[in-house]
Amino acid sequence: MNVTIHVNGTRHTIDVPPEMPLLWVLRDILDLKGTKFGCGIAQCGACTVHVNGNPTRSCITRASVVDGAEIRTIEGLSPDGTHALQRAWMELDVPQCGYCQAGQLMSAAALLEDNPAPTDEDIDRAMNGNLCRCTTYLRIRRAIHHAAAIRGRQSPVDGAGGPDAIEGREHIGGGADDTGGRGHIYGGAGDTGGRERIDSPAAR
Amino acid sequence: MTTTLNVSRRSFLRATALAGGGMLLGFRVNPLGASEPLFDPITNDFLPNAWIRITPDNVITLIAQNPEIGQGVKAMLPMLIADELDANWSAIRIEQAGFDPAKYEGQFAGGSNATPSNWLPMRRVGAAARAMLVTAAARGWDVPEHECTTRESVVHHRASGRSRTYGELGIEAAGVTAPDLETVALKDPSQFRIIGTNVHNVDNLAIVTGKPLYGIDLTLPGMLHAVYVKCPVFGGTVAGANLDEVRTLPGVRHAFVLEGGTTLNGLLGGVAILADNWWLANNARRSLQVQWNEGPTSSQSSEAFARQAEALSQQPPQRTLRSDGDVDAALRSAAHTVTAAYHYPFIAHAPLEPQNCTAHYRDGRLEIWAPSQTPQSGRRLVSTTLGIDEDDITIHLMRIGGGFGRRLANDYMVEAAAIAREVDVPVKLVWTREDDMQHDFYRPAGWHHFTGGVDANGRLTAWRDHFVSFGEGERFASSAGIQPTEFPARFVPNYALDVSVMLSGIPTGALRAPGSNGLCFVMQGFIDELAHAAGRDAVQFRLDLLSQVHDTNGWQADRMRGVLEMVAEKSGWSNRRLPRGTGMGVAFHFSHRGYFAEVVQASVTQDGDLGIDKVWIAGDVGSQIINPINAEHNVQGAALDGIAEALGQEITIENGRTVQSNFHNFPLLRLTQAPPVEVHFRVTDNPPTGLGEPALPPVIPALCAAIFEAAGRRIRSLPLSKHDLSWT
Repeated sequence: MNVTIHVNGTRHTIDVPPEMPLLWVLRDILDLKGTKFGCGIAQCGACTVHVNGNPTRSCITRASVVDGAEIRTIEGLSPDGTHALQRAWMELDVPQCGYCQAGQLMSAAALLEDNPAPTDEDIDRAMNGNLCRCTTYLRIRRAIHHAAAIRGRQSPVDGAGGPDAIEGREHIGGGADDTGGRGHIYGGAGDTGGRERIDSPAAR
Repeated sequence: MTTTLNVSRRSFLRATALAGGGMLLGFRVNPLGASEPLFDPITNDFLPNAWIRITPDNVITLIAQNPEIGQGVKAMLPMLIADELDANWSAIRIEQAGFDPAKYEGQFAGGSNATPSNWLPMRRVGAAARAMLVTAAARGWDVPEHECTTRESVVHHRASGRSRTYGELGIEAAGVTAPDLETVALKDPSQFRIIGTNVHNVDNLAIVTGKPLYGIDLTLPGMLHAVYVKCPVFGGTVAGANLDEVRTLPGVRHAFVLEGGTTLNGLLGGVAILADNWWLANNARRSLQVQWNEGPTSSQSSEAFARQAEALSQQPPQRTLRSDGDVDAALRSAAHTVTAAYHYPFIAHAPLEPQNCTAHYRDGRLEIWAPSQTPQSGRRLVSTTLGIDEDDITIHLMRIGGGFGRRLANDYMVEAAAIAREVDVPVKLVWTREDDMQHDFYRPAGWHHFTGGVDANGRLTAWRDHFVSFGEGERFASSAGIQPTEFPARFVPNYALDVSVMLSGIPTGALRAPGSNGLCFVMQGFIDELAHAAGRDAVQFRLDLLSQVHDTNGWQADRMRGVLEMVAEKSGWSNRRLPRGTGMGVAFHFSHRGYFAEVVQASVTQDGDLGIDKVWIAGDVGSQIINPINAEHNVQGAALDGIAEALGQEITIENGRTVQSNFHNFPLLRLTQAPPVEVHFRVTDNPPTGLGEPALPPVIPALCAAIFEAAGRRIRSLPLSKHDLSWT
């Protein structure tokens, strides 16, 4: 079918199977390789893009449902690394292998657009669905605060009480909404098929 | 990705030859891998060796020769060169080398080896170039070399107030005989100006702007996209497939069977589907029907391995790897004895970038773009499997979206090459996450049956471990072995290490801190049990154990005592006053030449919900932390990786195939689970060593010991998600 999407401000009309995921439209049809393939079932967040402003897992989002939509990818965050999050990511040296970071940044960008000064709890909710195999999470959390500070023209990092102040105690799993048993730490393990899921799959 | 050294090498003139009439030469390589100096008469670039290019405007390009998997080697190796070169770091460009064993030695990522193997060689490369530039400047000014100094890519003659940039000196320096790399003078460490400073990931800008850096991002003109479907049972082969039907599906250009072999780390049989884009190729897979010859592994399972391990543990061991003193007598005279059975499961690597590789076969030659940790092994595997001369195989190194040991194997490379040989266009092979999870070389499971004893003075006097692992005869399966020097061997006077192995068809391999990631859990766990039985403090018990050393060869007990004392101090170990339900645990480990001691504080609710409050780490990797910010990140990442393994990771085998398939049933750590990790280094007068791995192992037993202190639950098997941690 013909699908028209606006990607980072550019209009594209493409002829693709309606069930082709947006991820592969972006990567293989439009040759925008910044959006990454990690799992294919909305479990890792590497493919996160914005669809009409909402952070969305493009690997399970069919082309047919984004017809007419405004899509923003990592390439559209800023091409030169000047977005506050990109600056914060570089200033705090967040990436290790770097593969997940496009998805991390897009989830963080959606968070900051809704909430210019997120708390740790806000970050937990917005970012827990983005996996980082190198576990750069400590810096991701700091960098989001840092970007918020850059945006708010505050003194970076130490404006919020210093980088260590925000590395509070983290609690693992086992909440009332957890699907697992004792010490079973990951919620939302099931239901990976078909439907679009935007929010973090994790319980907390 | 480009290495200009490669593409235009024929245009270079060796400067000495230039003077004699312009002879065209390629690089000539000396046994150390350093080429002779060259001057490019077209660009006026000076190339003192295969790692350095200096342009007339004084921009210096440094070649990072090893694969970058996120460990930061693409910054670290150039830092070593640049410091000795006295280069202006702000005008440095860094390029990734292609695989080129004629120029570069040791182009691999593994074993935390980059630092110990390159600490001197890369510094020598920079120092040799600097020496040539100084010689050239001194000659030009007709002054003694010792009166010349260098700084920020400039040679100075302070006495006369003259200076020339490296770029200006290029053509003259190219005429200087390169010094012997073995004897070239190196800086005193007090003179370092780049080593020891914080240098960020050199690809950060490209990463945060979404540039196509990774193997999976490669696009070539006319390229087809491939999936490769292998038998879910390891080592199975293709008996038949509905290829005619698959070939009619939308976008599918080719579908064929590769017979392959049954060697698990070689080319396995399977069905290749090639299409116009990857999703079409993978979508066609849904219609593919394959009849498999599953082979003998189909009868194997985790359950059966566990039963067999239990049976073997009840029998006399097949082998004794070490026997010191008299364990039985020591146990008889011990004040306390403890018996315990420990187990760790298979684990997958699960790097976030799925396995992939691009290959193009033309005129009998193969060009490969590979995210491989071991391109040399990959090229050999492709060469022997496909009968293509190694010299006819070119490998480009792509930035790698996580290694962790998975890409030490080159199965994806040989698959891509074999598929590409069947067609006349480039082919990019990309595995699904499920392919990646179910066709890994897993960290092997292991079983340990311990008996230990402490004497009336609370000292560890007796230790026996019957280790049941995988292998055949005297050979262990990959990464399933143990050394007779594994701690606490040599520290316990009456010590026995017994081994029994069983056959398996499950592919195993090195996972970050191989061997150690399982062995440290069991060894330190059982040491903790013995300390507890003796009523001793877990740190003091270990300090005493470290003083019982009998043979220090290669295992420096003083360094381990140093980090153990340091982490105890930093964590406030001896003054801890923790509420019920909260505990601290400690452990240490030596691996990859590094000494690490770690403390974990954890809390367990009465309902058994686990929270990890904080991790403290003290490490000793020698005299110099080359890139402190990256060192901290590597250590934090290693510890959090270990926590992820402990919390919920397990690969289960049923009917010869892997049960887990994706991140919903093989959980990685998430943001809300990452505790703060405080890292301290103890600098000692030892050669600098690597950091990718050695910080991982201790965090697992330290976490388990913290859980014991918090909840009274002794953890003897992983993952923790299978344990009830509740307490009253």
